[in-house]
Amino acid sequence: MGLLEVKDVNKRFGGLQALGNVNLSVAENTCHAIIGPNGAGKSTLLNCLVGKLIPDTGSVMFDGQSVLGRTPFEINQMGISRVFQTPEIFGDLTVMENMLIPCFAKRDGSFALHGIRSVMSEGELRDHAEQMLDDVNMLDKRNMHSASMSRGDKRRLEMAMCLVQNPKLLLLDEPTAGMARADTNNTIDLLKEIKEKRNITIAIIEHDMHVVFSLAERITVLAQGTPLVEDTPENIKGHPKVKEAYLGEAA
Amino acid sequence: MFGLDKKDASLLLIVAVLVAFAPFLLNPFPEGSAMAQFNAGYPDLMQRFVIFGIFAIGFNILFGLTGYLSFGHAAFLGVGSYAAVWMFKLLSMNVLPAIILAVITAGIFALIIGYVSLRRSGIYFSILTLAFAQMSFALAYSVLTPITGGETGLQLALDDPRIFGSATTADGNIPVPGLFGLEMRDSMELALGGWVFTFNFGYYFCAIIMLVAFYLSIRIFRSPFGMMLRAVKSNQQRLNYTGLNPRPYTLAAFVISGMYAGLAGGLMASMDPLAGAERMFWTASGEVVLMTILGGVGTLIGPVLGAGMIKYMENIISKINSDILHGWFAFLPDGLEDLVVTMIYPFIGKGWHLTLGIVFMLVVIFLPGGLVEGGQRLARLMGRKKAEQPKSAKTEPAE
Repeated sequence: MGLLEVKDVNKRFGGLQALGNVNLSVAENTCHAIIGPNGAGKSTLLNCLVGKLIPDTGSVMFDGQSVLGRTPFEINQMGISRVFQTPEIFGDLTVMENMLIPCFAKRDGSFALHGIRSVMSEGELRDHAEQMLDDVNMLDKRNMHSASMSRGDKRRLEMAMCLVQNPKLLLLDEPTAGMARADTNNTIDLLKEIKEKRNITIAIIEHDMHVVFSLAERITVLAQGTPLVEDTPENIKGHPKVKEAYLGEAA
Repeated sequence: MFGLDKKDASLLLIVAVLVAFAPFLLNPFPEGSAMAQFNAGYPDLMQRFVIFGIFAIGFNILFGLTGYLSFGHAAFLGVGSYAAVWMFKLLSMNVLPAIILAVITAGIFALIIGYVSLRRSGIYFSILTLAFAQMSFALAYSVLTPITGGETGLQLALDDPRIFGSATTADGNIPVPGLFGLEMRDSMELALGGWVFTFNFGYYFCAIIMLVAFYLSIRIFRSPFGMMLRAVKSNQQRLNYTGLNPRPYTLAAFVISGMYAGLAGGLMASMDPLAGAERMFWTASGEVVLMTILGGVGTLIGPVLGAGMIKYMENIISKINSDILHGWFAFLPDGLEDLVVTMIYPFIGKGWHLTLGIVFMLVVIFLPGGLVEGGQRLARLMGRKKAEQPKSAKTEPAE
């Protein structure tokens, strides 16, 4: 049984069947990619996993527990962290503060009154956050105003914010969208390194096949809300159904 | 010092010194001089400075940190006032139980209103708080007259029970609020040359409470809790997906700022033991929004400056009348004098709101960070001048 088990999930928006009988199993310590043409239902599926959407039918089990009906922050506390398509960070705060917030969330749960002790006095959490910043080569930027950073740095910060919580499952929504080739390669290296170092499970939605084939161990192809095939990257590459889904029947 | 870093500690110290010497600082002009009407160093006004300072500091914890703009904070001020006056009526004229009950009542009230209002954000939140405050005002004004005194307001009476104190003074008057024998209206006057400085016990009592409130607000700003509140303002989506529930954080901030408002209301009643429904009117809620924005939203000292500025204008500019204007411009030829006075007249007296509006507009347009930003720019300008001076001194010998 996988860490994440999606069973017979259906989601309908009015007349549009966004997801139809989706089954997906992400095994522990693997990198599982979900690919598919635009409108295939990749993002809808992701939103069902993190509590933003509730599927009409079906079940989503994470680590033996159902995530359905839970709010995003409860699901995060269960061990799922999500990186967004466009970086979502706390723009008004410094890089260090951005890192400390997930640390507090991990240590103290979804709400805690910490009294009036200063943030500065949290030595252990600060060390932890600095360690993580060092891992993503951003330690020199720790006092920067995070909104003023480049998009690539914001992305790296967001990933560091997710990783500092040591999630069991990391969800990545097109982590290299709009990135230059060099940045994309850096991100791939970073993700590979993280996976080896921390033994975490990654589920990734990606358009860039270069990224998908460098990282993924399993690939699920979605088309029109239904999984077409699930296989290893080698087998997916030449699969006729995949070609058809991407290029149309003529191909 | 007190768990603050150097910068915050020096800020607290500066505020403490300014507050302690306010009776001198606010009375720069000798008695009887033409400028004496600009003196603000009389007890009544100084008390209002610090009390509204507390109100604005508390409002800033909600608005400045979380970005939730409440348009109903006057309701908590009013509730605090009523609670305090009831303590004076039932218990004793000691201000401590009155203030404590005012804070607690306002806190409970804020918990209820906040719990409902915080289900929405943005403009809908503002409207909900406004609606609640106006409902409270309407209730206090009519339905709840037995508790609030309705139109006339809640006043002390000779036949109040006051179980822990005397109902009347020896000469048959209503006793005045005090703290263990010291009356709030006790004042000491100091005449120095042409100047008269008044040191009022009530003012210093309020000032000490304001310093404690200010200190607490600094600690809240620097605490993990304050950081979470700023995170709420910055990106609620990210906060949610980081495993944090924004609702209890915003509710806690709402209750804390409601308690600050209750404290201010309790102090107002302690200085002058009556409470009226007009304290809860929506314009009173708008005033604290203006104070915070004028001073600088989200800054530590801004709200206090804004409160001081507005209360100063309300009390000083509104006192100028056309006779005084004629006095000032008497040196001009008759026709010109009348013209100048006619032009300035709409901005003084009852027209002080017009002046306030212009100042507010100028600040929002040119100093979006409020008076604090103005101060920072000034400091930078001075700093640059200072940095340039040694340079020119160095180059001189070479010439």
